[in-house]
Amino acid sequence: MDFGRISRRHLLQGGAALTLGAAAGARPAFAADTTIGFIYVGSRDDYGYNQAHAQGAAALKKIPGLKVVEEEKVPETDAVEKTIESMINLDGATLLFPTSFGYYNPHMIKMANKFPKLRFEHCGGLWSDKDPKNAGSYFGYIDEAQYISGIVAGYTSKTGKLGFVAAKPIPQVLRNINAFALGAKLANPKATTQVIFTGDWSMPVKEAEATNSLIDQGVDVLTCHVDGPKTMVENAARRGAMVCGYHVNQSPLAPKAYLTGAEWNWEALYPKFVKMIAAGEIIPNFYRGGLKEEIVKTSPYGEAVSAEARKHADEVKAKFLSAEGYAIFKGGQVDNKGKTVIPAGTDRGQKDPELEKMDYLVEGVIGATS
Amino acid sequence: MADGSIGLWTVPLAVLGGAIRVSTPFLFVSLGECITERSGRINLGLEGTLVMGAMSAYGISYLSGSPWLGVLAAGITGALLGALHAGICSLPRVNDVAVGIALMLFGTGLAFYLGKPLIEPTAPRLPAIDFGWWSDVPQVRAALRVNVLFLIGVALAPILYWAFRTTRWGLLIRTAGESSDAARAMGHSVLLIRLRATMVGGFLAGIGGSFLSLFYPGSWNEGLSSGQGITAVALVIFARWDPLLCLWASLAFGGAAALGPALQSVGVTSGYHLFNAAPYILTLAIMIITCSPKRTLTGAPAELSITR
Repeated sequence: MDFGRISRRHLLQGGAALTLGAAAGARPAFAADTTIGFIYVGSRDDYGYNQAHAQGAAALKKIPGLKVVEEEKVPETDAVEKTIESMINLDGATLLFPTSFGYYNPHMIKMANKFPKLRFEHCGGLWSDKDPKNAGSYFGYIDEAQYISGIVAGYTSKTGKLGFVAAKPIPQVLRNINAFALGAKLANPKATTQVIFTGDWSMPVKEAEATNSLIDQGVDVLTCHVDGPKTMVENAARRGAMVCGYHVNQSPLAPKAYLTGAEWNWEALYPKFVKMIAAGEIIPNFYRGGLKEEIVKTSPYGEAVSAEARKHADEVKAKFLSAEGYAIFKGGQVDNKGKTVIPAGTDRGQKDPELEKMDYLVEGVIGATS
Repeated sequence: MADGSIGLWTVPLAVLGGAIRVSTPFLFVSLGECITERSGRINLGLEGTLVMGAMSAYGISYLSGSPWLGVLAAGITGALLGALHAGICSLPRVNDVAVGIALMLFGTGLAFYLGKPLIEPTAPRLPAIDFGWWSDVPQVRAALRVNVLFLIGVALAPILYWAFRTTRWGLLIRTAGESSDAARAMGHSVLLIRLRATMVGGFLAGIGGSFLSLFYPGSWNEGLSSGQGITAVALVIFARWDPLLCLWASLAFGGAAALGPALQSVGVTSGYHLFNAAPYILTLAIMIITCSPKRTLTGAPAELSITR
């Protein structure tokens, strides 16, 4: 879809409709010169999480009539409340995107209650009925792309040992680890995935040490869930291991070692949000989607990926894209302590909210959540 | 073993590898700060110097294609920042600690600003020397891939130790640090000695930064230092202003940084936050053990603003 062609007139029309709606107390007012605030926890060109969001913000900047204000390196503390307030009071922002997990509760919730007429869209939070109606949480089921990475990794690994460098044991990270491990087991039922938690989102030295430790254990394909995968990708490639990327496409960093990767597609989603607002539609407070909804995507396969791996991965990808979808987390799933975490017979599909509370590592993952 | 794993041996090997890989920035910054503090001044700005060094090394290596030119650029940047610190501190009634904090913020801020376009490109890295050729175990070989900067740092520690004790320059620096009156009475400019000592300190800290961006972890990003410069400054006090102790302390810190991930990789998964905090716990413990309220720190230069 080409969002670049939304004209100022369309936005004005949409804005007028919205203003009417707001007068009736239904929706916040978006004028034609809407200012949108983006808040990043790290640097917006980190080759990772923040860069993916900044690419989405850049897509909005191209739409006439929209002004985008950005602030990076805002910690997940009271600081984000101050940033939100200054974006609202000084820049006149009416739509805010605090993009880091830790911003949601209590910081963004507090601000959404304080400014009930403005719209807050948080990436990764778990919106519930108790939360303010002008706040929303959106996220992508990037575990679908991780599952594809896992399949490719499972075929490529010679030792059957895969590695995962992770930041913190929160549900979204655990879900990615589990999806990757399950994908790998699809390719090689004996494959194990060893996880190391570094403790924070951006710890380059620790990430490099974790990468080296995993490779010392015989791991030959690695992926990660940290803010900037650059350190892991480069250090793994130097040791001769293969990698699957995360957040954005890191293949330029290690063209020979890069197999595939799980990427965000915010540059498709954010203009969609703005279009919905301009058209007077309500963005669902709880907005989710995966490969099919074009919120996540996979990197093109690297040269080291075998034909067999490509075929299997493409088959599964087609299932994700099909109308009926595909459940990664199937009934009867056992965690790595032997406990059944999903009752037999109930597949947990993409949108199952139980998956967003994930606190276990599945069978085949070496590591612990605490 | 058949599957290429070395099991529990990973832990000591990772600590050894970590000591070699992670310690170099600590070593250079602490040796540099050791020279500066021995002359009677504290330069807390070395965190900023380290980050500026990392950024300028990466930038110059990327633009020129020669990582060694990058190392040189990092050193020069560091020396200039050192000169700035010393210059400001030469003015009457200027507190060197406050200037250091200002320069720390200035250095990191400037590096982030200038370094924006450098996050994406990949610069040529410094080569490693393979000291593990004798081993068939790939893990040992990987742990023993040593960078020349590490060797220079290791050699520098005893050289500095010797130079402080036996050379004219060492004596002058120590005199300026112990009693500025004595140095003046000898006909030397204390400010000039401190300027040079701070510039050399900055030069070394800049080179420490180049190791971060050009060898390990080996790329430029804003989280690169994560406080290593400040830790290294604290390390000097912890090492009692002795270059040889700086070397051991740096190695211990490097090894401790590798402990958390290594333990997780062999299955010790509980309390990894605690293991990740190992270097800081080590600092606190040694500080508490060696401090006494009854006397000043042994080895502390008398002119230092924290001991005066």
